[in-house]
Parts: sequence; C-alpha cells; structure tokens
Amino acid sequence: MLDLIKELFSYSFIVRALMVGVMVALVSSLLGVSLVLKRYSMIGDGLSHVGFASLAIAMALGLAPLQVSIPTVVLAAFLLLHISENSKIKGDAAIALISSSALAIGVIMVAVTTGMNTDVCNYMFGSILAMKISDVFLSISLSIVVLILYIVFYNKIFAITFDESFARATGIKAGRYNMLIALLTALTIVIGMRMMGALLISSLIIFPALTSMRVFGSFKAVVVCSAILSVSCFFIGIATSFAFSIPAGASVVAVNIITFITFTVIGELKKRVGVLA
Amino acid sequence: MNILSCTGVSMAYDSHVVVSDVSFALEAGDYMVIVGENGSGKSTLMKGLLGLIKPISGKIEFYGLNQYEIGYLPQQTVVQKDFPASVFEVVLSGCLTTKGSKIFYRRQDKELAQHNIARLGIDALKRKSYRNLSGGQQQRVLLARALCASERLIVLDEPVNGLDPIMTGDLYSLIAELNHAGLAVIMVSHDVKSAVQFGNKILHMEKKPLFYGAKEDYLHTDICKRMTGGEIYA
Repeated sequence: MLDLIKELFSYSFIVRALMVGVMVALVSSLLGVSLVLKRYSMIGDGLSHVGFASLAIAMALGLAPLQVSIPTVVLAAFLLLHISENSKIKGDAAIALISSSALAIGVIMVAVTTGMNTDVCNYMFGSILAMKISDVFLSISLSIVVLILYIVFYNKIFAITFDESFARATGIKAGRYNMLIALLTALTIVIGMRMMGALLISSLIIFPALTSMRVFGSFKAVVVCSAILSVSCFFIGIATSFAFSIPAGASVVAVNIITFITFTVIGELKKRVGVLA
Repeated sequence: MNILSCTGVSMAYDSHVVVSDVSFALEAGDYMVIVGENGSGKSTLMKGLLGLIKPISGKIEFYGLNQYEIGYLPQQTVVQKDFPASVFEVVLSGCLTTKGSKIFYRRQDKELAQHNIARLGIDALKRKSYRNLSGGQQQRVLLARALCASERLIVLDEPVNGLDPIMTGDLYSLIAELNHAGLAVIMVSHDVKSAVQFGNKILHMEKKPLFYGAKEDYLHTDICKRMTGGEIYA
C-alpha cells in the first residue's frame, strides 16, 4: 500500500493530475450540494457536453482548448439558467435539449475534421495525461476563489437553496447567487472534464452530495462530508486506476458508487435503529 | 398606528393585469385575511407586499419597518421535502435580512433563533433534521424562521395547506396567540370560515377588491354568506 503511494508520487504527471483533481473534486462537491438540492443535478452533464463540443471546435480550428471552452461553457450555463427560469421549458428539459444538441454538434465537428482519434476519446472518457503545469495553476486558483466565495456566501447559499422565495423576501438577490453558482459550476466542469471525461465529470458533482445526504440530516454536515468524501474518493480512484491500469475517470466514479451504496446501507440502518439525526 | 398602507395598487404579469386598484391599511396588531378563489390575484398581491413583484401603479408604503423586515411563511416546495437541514439551521436563516453586509451570524442572531424556537415550542426538535418532521412541525419551524425576520409583521401564504384538522387547529391558535402578543398578521387563504373566525380585517379579492373592511361588516355581505353557506354568526 505504502509502496503504491510512493510510486504514485514519483510520476510528475500523476502528481499534477492529483493536484488538479483534488481541487476540482473539492470544489465540485461543494457546488454539488446546492445543485442536487435545487434539482439541477443534470446541469453538470449538460455543461460537459457543451464542453465537449467546444473542445471539438477548438481542435478543428487549431485553437487552445481552454480559451474556447471556458467562454462557451460559461455562456451555456447562463443560457440554461435563463431558459429554465423564464420560459415554459423547465430545468431538466432545457438541460437535455442543450446537452444533446451540443453533443451532436461536437460529433459532427469531429467527423468532418479529424475523425474519431485518441484525442476525441480522451475528451469523452478523460485522460490523466491531459494535465499541464498551466492547468495546475488555473485549477488551484479557481478552487481557492470558489472556496472563498463559498465560505463568504455560505449562509446565503443555504437560504437560497432551502427556500428561494423566502430568501428573496428578506432582500437577498437570489438571481445573482444563482448566476454565481452557474458560473463557478461551468469553470469547474471545464477544468475537470479533461481528466474525468465529458461523460463522467458530472459524477463529481452529484455523487458526494447524494452520498452524504443518505446519512446526514443537517446542511453543514452534508457539505463537510461531501467535501471529505469527494477528495478521498478521487484519491482512492486515481490510486486504483494506477494499480489496475484502468481509466482514471471511470475508476473515480466506481469508488464513488461503492461509497454511495455503503452510505445508503448505513442510512437505512440508522433509520431502523431509530437514531434519526 | 399604521404599519403598512396600499393605495391604488395594480399588478400585472406580462402586461396581463391580475390585481387592480387595491387600497388598504394595516395597523399594528391587525390580523388581516386576504380571501378569494384561485386566480383571484391574492397571491400576486402578497408578492407585491413582499417586494417580489413590482406593482405597475399605486403605492405600497411601510411605516417604521423596512419591506425586507416582513416575516414570510411561503408555501412549502418539493425541494424542501427531503432537504437535509437541521431545525436550527432553518430558523437561523430567518435572521438574514439585508441589514448590514455581515458574513456570519452574530451571537444575537443565534439567541434570536433560540428564543423563537422556544416560543413556538419546538425546542425538542432543534437538532432534528427538517425532512424527518411532520407537516405541522415543519410549519412551526418555518413560522419560527419568519419570526426571526420580523417582530412586527408576518405574511402567511395558505399556512394550513396539506395539514390534517388537528394540526390546522393548532397552527391557527398559535398564529392567533402571536397576534394577541402584538404581531400584525396578513394571511392569504381560501378558507373563508377560519378567516372570519380569526381575522379582524378581511380583504376579499377577485382581481379587484370585492370587499375590504372589518370582519363584522363582512359577515353581513352577500359575498360572505355565499362563501360560507350563510352558517357563520360570530
């Protein structure tokens, strides 16, 4: 075990992946609690498909991937929020619409330009080799920003997540905070998706929150537990991926599934015993 | 002493007028019930009072309190049914008015939350998760939160919706108790019978106000007799 960890840290690409991944896992789990509770679980999935399309376009035009995908995904996030709040197409339908449209555009883009090569496969399912030193700096600074914003606005985020109309009535500008959450989610997804893969990144958002909610009954406990779970599952996932040579993204998701099942069982046992917390 | 007055207020959704020309005044200690059928504009009017929607004409004025200092008891949403939050967390969130740009709760906020928890008799539930409570208990928690937001005026949106008769009776007498202690109450309801039982002022809406005045006068109107089947004599 110790040897495995030692070996893990001897590869600089794994160290980079771990640094980026731990930060992304931390941030996405915090955002995830609000997104899951506000019934926006699929937003991560939708945005990552948009991210895939933008990467395909960037590749076709020979542009830097992040420069294209960050603005596109941020724009898509605002669009999603706007559609689901203001029109007759509600949240889940709006996300499904944008998600499949973006995927189709991405696939067409890939087909007419490069064809299905390893790059495309890496975008879909993630690659641990994708992390450059610039990504490390970007993800660490982003995560610090998200963390600070989350702590500063924690009480307001709780109020808006629990009851938006009450929050608005007490004078909280709920629209601004919803936009902030959408923006941060978009950034997190763009940074995380190249390692986790466009198809798997949303798991980092939903799993930790859902898992913690099985056992804990207070918001603070759910948030803290999600953060801890997300980071540890990521770490274990990468180690497993290294030890058994399986793709990193899928391996992290697998660890999350096991944790989810374990917590569901614990939650049920807790209910049976009657210590409802 | 007036704490709130509405003069000629009209409200619209996308240029579709749903509330027209409403005027009333609320004094400290009043218990006003806004009654009316579905789609009569009573909820829209309430949102106007809370500042969630701007009126297209007319004036809503507050005396001695800010529009944000209204304790609002909204209808429960689907999201809240399985929401992991402790009772204390929910009640404490009522202290988040825009007064100051404080980041964290102060000690007096926590004391206020504790005070209102005790006042509504939910002390034993303080550490429990909101999602594991009964409907009536959840309403008490939300009422305690509303009291944290305001000590002078609470606005209740169909507060007994979905409660069984015993819980309904409990909640109504709790609200009446708070009202006797000096809290002004505005309740939106389609239940005319309990409106005339508890309220001292009635505003009957059907897009425009059909009746506004003291309960005693309302009881003699045809519209009240029609709504209650003419069997209430208070």
